[in-house]
Amino acid sequence: MGNSFYLPRPKAAANPAGGPTAGLKRWLNAALFFLLFGVLFLFSHYGSGYQVRILNNIAIFITLAVSYNLINGVCGLLHLGPNGFIAIGAYTSALLAMSPAEKNLNFILSNVIWPLNVIQVPFAVSLIAAGAMAALFAFLISFPVLRVRGDYLAIVTLGFGEVVRVVCNGAQSVTNGPLGIKGLYPHTNLWWSWGVAALSVVVIQRLINSNYGLAMKAIREDETAARAMGVDPFRRLMLGFLISAFFSGIAGGLLAHLITTISPGLFTFLLTFNLLIMIVVGGLGSTTGAILGAALFAWGGEALRVVEQPMQIGPLTIPGIPGMRMVIFSLVLLLVILFARKGIMGRRELSWDFLFSKLAGSRRAKTPS
Amino acid sequence: MSATLFVQQLINGISLGSLYALIAIGYTMVYGILRLINFAHGDLLMVAAYAALYGMLLFSLPWFISFPLAIIATGAIGILLDRAAYKPLRQAPRISLLISAIGASFLMENLALVLIGGVPKAFHRPNCFSHVIIIGGLHIPVLTIYSPLVTLLLVLGLLYIVFKTRAGKAMRAASRDFEATRLMGIDLDRIIALTFLLGSSLAAASGIMWAMKYPQINPFMGVLPGLKAFIAAVLGGIGNIVGAVLGGFLLGLFEILIVALLPDLAEYRDAFAFLLLIGVLLFRPTGIMGEPFIE
Repeated sequence: MGNSFYLPRPKAAANPAGGPTAGLKRWLNAALFFLLFGVLFLFSHYGSGYQVRILNNIAIFITLAVSYNLINGVCGLLHLGPNGFIAIGAYTSALLAMSPAEKNLNFILSNVIWPLNVIQVPFAVSLIAAGAMAALFAFLISFPVLRVRGDYLAIVTLGFGEVVRVVCNGAQSVTNGPLGIKGLYPHTNLWWSWGVAALSVVVIQRLINSNYGLAMKAIREDETAARAMGVDPFRRLMLGFLISAFFSGIAGGLLAHLITTISPGLFTFLLTFNLLIMIVVGGLGSTTGAILGAALFAWGGEALRVVEQPMQIGPLTIPGIPGMRMVIFSLVLLLVILFARKGIMGRRELSWDFLFSKLAGSRRAKTPS
Repeated sequence: MSATLFVQQLINGISLGSLYALIAIGYTMVYGILRLINFAHGDLLMVAAYAALYGMLLFSLPWFISFPLAIIATGAIGILLDRAAYKPLRQAPRISLLISAIGASFLMENLALVLIGGVPKAFHRPNCFSHVIIIGGLHIPVLTIYSPLVTLLLVLGLLYIVFKTRAGKAMRAASRDFEATRLMGIDLDRIIALTFLLGSSLAAASGIMWAMKYPQINPFMGVLPGLKAFIAAVLGGIGNIVGAVLGGFLLGLFEILIVALLPDLAEYRDAFAFLLLIGVLLFRPTGIMGEPFIE
């Protein structure tokens, strides 16, 4: 990709009055990481199993939402097939990290094919392989997918997700069919999930702020104009597609080793729908928005369990309504897209510059000169 | 494969295709005017099936009253869907409209799940649709004959409306140039409502026949037929009603015959339609009857 110099490098953000300097921001970032480290340390030692589970969920959702947002928010393509990439990652990681003996226990109807029946690799390697496998599939389907735009792209990617699920169901000797794979070792802990989440946020944020990211945004705003400026949409979008799939695949591997049982039914369009809610509520095109959306979704999903359980108010017992959570989620998505299309963050980022300018603004408001 | 079996599969394919065709028309009409994949369109099948079933069960209506009522109700829900989920977004970016459509689809499915429950319900097929005709070794359920006939009648009626009436002329104009049509003083909201009414009613007719063909109905029954019908619409050339009908029949035949010829691949049946879609988009993105792209 030697011709990436046609776009001016993004200038360092002009220092707004009272804004933080680059040095200060570096310190603040380090402090943030240290804070995250401390919180994770506390929870991994003193948190309940339930709390750890939620935190793991949040981290995996963050990885998924941030990488999904790269395509939907930054590149402006309505990609509806991340469930396919997550499934590919989950199966790849699960099959590679499991011992051959355990695999034989799982595969009852048909034996697992060579070379899966003899190899076992460390968890970390299986995660990288999961990402690589997802990226490979992304590369293969990007040729038909990136030829089309808009609704067609949506339906082709949706079809891809469906095909992956159907193949997972049918390919007995690779995926064990509808029975799925059970008894995975719970490798995923807070360090793995949050480590991957942090890595994906940093990598994708750096990509968005690079020339490549600028080109992607240019394509989103006006593809014809971007083309006229010398941007090759196919290559830029392909890059975004591959990186997004890579992290989705890794997150799939983490997910598999968190819940320890995977089956094709886990990776339906519903998974994509949930990711879509996260990034729409957070604000399409904003990485911090995607993070907020993922955290809100994980928290909200737990908080809303109330509506599905019977409630006791005084002498009155209100029966829980099973399935009500999904109704609420669909309503939230509809209401946000109809009445607050920008979501929480819009396309802004919750950066130090942004925070400082807000602070400075409120200070000015309080002390009129 | 014996000749009898082949003819049998051919008939099955045409019957399935006629159902796809009816759904595909709704997609193609809405797409022609709003440039939107109405993701919730497939769920109207489910609405119609439940409405028809409950008309017969709860109100003990005979089928020839319950079915038309279900079709009218579904048409009304189609208009409501447009008013609630799509109309506020006419000026919004396309991606918002699509997300709204996905949200509406999930809302309908999950509302049905909460209200009716996820257990599949048996659809009581009226007796007159249960006969099987046996001709020279061929087993042909009468339904298999009726559904292409009903489809043919409905399509002829639709073509009359679209090509011979003033409202139809306005619809065709709107699909050519939305803004210019508005400038000509045509009330586009009424035209869009009519489009949704017609498309949803046809989907409802298809949904009821679907429920009689596969008499187990559940809140998610419309998803896969909906997606496949969209593929049929693309195959035929999106925006073109005759193309959608043709695409529907072709897709039905393709699915049945590929499973009949390669029974080992039966498990992958649902994947073929999408592979076909990718093939069409790669080699002839405008479909069979579509006009060449104007960029």
